[in-house]
Amino acid sequence: MNRSVLYDAPGPRGRRRILVASVAAALILVGLAALAVRRLATNGQFAGEKWSPLFDPNDVNFPDLWRLLGGGLLHTLTAAVLAMSLSLVLGVLIAMTRISASRWYRWAVVGVVEILRGVPVVIAIFFAYQVLPTYGFRLPLLWYIVIGLTAYNSVVISEIIRAGILAVPRGQSDAAAALGLTRGQTQRFILLPQAFRSMLPALISQLVVILKDTSIGAFISYEELLRRGLIIIQTLRNPIQTYLVIAAIFVLINYLVGRLAIYVEARLSARRA
Amino acid sequence: MGVITDNLGLYADGLLGTLEICGLVAVAALLLGIFLAGFRVSPVPPLRAVGTVYVTLVRNCPLTIVLFVFAFGLPEVGINGAYITFGVAGLTVYTAAFVCEAVRSGIGAVDAGQAEAARAIGLTFSQSLRLVVLPQALWAVLPPLGSVAIAMIKNSAILGAFGVGGELYSVANTLNSARGEPALPVYTGVVIGYLIIIIPAGLLLLMMEKRLKATR
Repeated sequence: MNRSVLYDAPGPRGRRRILVASVAAALILVGLAALAVRRLATNGQFAGEKWSPLFDPNDVNFPDLWRLLGGGLLHTLTAAVLAMSLSLVLGVLIAMTRISASRWYRWAVVGVVEILRGVPVVIAIFFAYQVLPTYGFRLPLLWYIVIGLTAYNSVVISEIIRAGILAVPRGQSDAAAALGLTRGQTQRFILLPQAFRSMLPALISQLVVILKDTSIGAFISYEELLRRGLIIIQTLRNPIQTYLVIAAIFVLINYLVGRLAIYVEARLSARRA
Repeated sequence: MGVITDNLGLYADGLLGTLEICGLVAVAALLLGIFLAGFRVSPVPPLRAVGTVYVTLVRNCPLTIVLFVFAFGLPEVGINGAYITFGVAGLTVYTAAFVCEAVRSGIGAVDAGQAEAARAIGLTFSQSLRLVVLPQALWAVLPPLGSVAIAMIKNSAILGAFGVGGELYSVANTLNSARGEPALPVYTGVVIGYLIIIIPAGLLLLMMEKRLKATR
């Protein structure tokens, strides 16, 4: 998008005004930051013992703490990767069913998709966590999260893939029909691969959503990154510092995944051009 | 399913509580998000940086962590409040980042000629943004804003898991965990409650999209 369309290239007066505004804004920002720092300082948030277990390798707690966080990260990634993989498989199946379903049961597919799309992920996870055991399905905590995440994300991904399939030019399926491929073959060999490729950026972006939602696992005591952080806070009593580190890890990973989506998007559109 | 019909009042209260929270957050996040979007397109570099950093940080951070920071981080520096206040504030801060991006893409979707014409008749940056670009952007932005709103309503359930009482999800907690009612009907009731909000909202969004497509 072109943001410069909102204003002309500034002349000397404009530049001066922008400079003044920049300085003023920067001063306000610095002022706010100073206030925040003072607030933190007067409440003893810069005390060494709150930071050193996280950042000082010589601290006694440092190795254990990072072992905890590392393991937590691993659990977070495990849940996300499992949920993503299952959602992809189910999403493709749902999309193909919805497209190829005959009229009399398509409404059922659409209904299930719409219902699952409307259920908050937390509820889906707690549903699995509370309801499944009462019917004898006692699973490791990981699976309640994976099931909850998959219930929601598989239908979201099915919509992404369906949009991708519908966006493949009609000539492709005509050509496939002319070659004598059946409808199923056309779906599998012609439409799906193209839909998958054009929708790859959206699929990667969905991974960010899944990664973020794994942190809901903390509520059911699945020891992912956030839960491990809460455990650390219980002993070290340094919530602000620990949240900071955990948030930074999440932001970094998700930022990189987001960049990957943008990169893939750029490559795909470069090839099309 | 007797649990649902027996506790219809409780569910209704939860539904209203969720709507109340979402209404508050919607207004606050819309205002904050529009401000941030203005920052992101402004000619003043520090403001642009603030907008970009805010969106990058908040969008990539799980809502759960935002809420934990509000509820357990702020009291550490002497800022105390009720769970519900922290919950609403956290959800607002989180949602505003998405509102900002929706509004920004709407600003990008306004025909460049409009902004050029505004400048040609001598409007300043803030005038052309307020009087010409934003009113048009808001139309283009309604469908994405609607999706943000629906996501926000669903995210509000995390507040319940977090311990904010009086909303739809907390009903499940009351009935299932505290009173020991069977989980399946209790949670089914909660799901129905959310669907009562989300499905009409989704249909409304669909209608809006069709209308907008027709007017273009």
